[in-house]
Amino acid sequence: MSERELRDYDDIPGTYVFDGRRSRRGYPLNAFLMSLNDAANRDAFRAGEEAYLDRFALDVEQRRAVRERDWIGLLEVGGNLYYTYKLAACDGLSFQDLAGAQTGMTADEYAAMMQAGGRPIAGNRSRAEWTEGAEPAARAGRAARGER
Amino acid sequence: MARIVAGVGCSHVPAVGVAIDKDRHDDPYWAPYFAKIAPAREWMRDIAPDVCIVVYNDHASAFSLEVIPTFALGLAAGFPVADEGYGPRPVPPVVGHPELAWHLAESLILDEFDLTLVNEMAVDHGLTVPLSVLFGRPSAWPCKVIPLCVNVIQYPPPTGRRCHRLGRALRRAVDAWPGDERVAVLGTGGMSHQLHGQRAGLINTDFDDAFLDGLVADPGKVAEIGHTEYLREAGAEGIELVMWLVMRGALDPEVNEVYRATHVPTSNTHNGLLLLENAAP
Repeated sequence: MSERELRDYDDIPGTYVFDGRRSRRGYPLNAFLMSLNDAANRDAFRAGEEAYLDRFALDVEQRRAVRERDWIGLLEVGGNLYYTYKLAACDGLSFQDLAGAQTGMTADEYAAMMQAGGRPIAGNRSRAEWTEGAEPAARAGRAARGER
Repeated sequence: MARIVAGVGCSHVPAVGVAIDKDRHDDPYWAPYFAKIAPAREWMRDIAPDVCIVVYNDHASAFSLEVIPTFALGLAAGFPVADEGYGPRPVPPVVGHPELAWHLAESLILDEFDLTLVNEMAVDHGLTVPLSVLFGRPSAWPCKVIPLCVNVIQYPPPTGRRCHRLGRALRRAVDAWPGDERVAVLGTGGMSHQLHGQRAGLINTDFDDAFLDGLVADPGKVAEIGHTEYLREAGAEGIELVMWLVMRGALDPEVNEVYRATHVPTSNTHNGLLLLENAAP
């Protein structure tokens, strides 16, 4: 698979399918994230994040994304969402916290959207539907508050 | 011979596991969901399977990117409960059925399904949450478990069609086993949900309802749904639904829909629970 080759699923907005392009880039990053399954490793990471990260061959952008807990950024540099969740869990976040944090909504707005039935599929199938000025997060947030 | 007595489709939402572990049945958020699953628990008590073959996916618990098998069958006498990054769930040990599992392995591989065979494997919420949904909080699980792990988290997962065919081969294998075990097959994961990206929170109940209708009545057609359609329509993580097709393939073409419950939200997910049995006794 070519790095530049576009896939039909690349047209799905706000979605980072974990395919070979991302898996290759993310291999050391995901190895780090997977290591957090071990309680002793979690302790070591909490005791000194930078020293712990030295054990893995992360590139500069991957280290930055980890350090800043840039959840979208982690996906962009090859993190798999289930692996990134281990870092979020290490920080005490739930899956809903992690998902919500990636949408640009507050935790309350995101929870309200889910209670109201979630993000609708209409308007969220194609990048073409996400035009500038009509950001889906904002639209969903308004919907959750009962506004149009 | 062994007999398939139930086919179950069941979402495997981590937060449901936490709600069961912490006994949050009366919590206003969870009470409506637990009311919906109560009839399923009752039916499973009556059905009393000796073995559950649980079709599920690992979430970076047993398998790292070092090795990602497309289909992996658990052969061990027992499977430890995984620490997924926040300590293992407080659930009973998962007891395997090595004799039947080895029979399935031999039968399926000679039937041209090239499984990865696993002797040591921790199992995560993908497997344990459906057991909790169906059986509650017993001191020991009431059945043995054979894990059938499917990769759905690194693209590409196996196609729906392949999963459906694997289910049919699984049926042939169970039918050929001389023991008298009562076997349930669980297809887990789904329904629509997306846990990542700016589109997180996507729910598509129309897609899910049509999927369930089709799975019951016309599984061959549902098996033709392609990956991009799942990713787009059911949310990127909704592609787990291919695993329900393994379960459906293991049943007769004609089934009775015993029970169906859907609920939104459970955390980020449109939750599904489907109980099927073969139409002919």
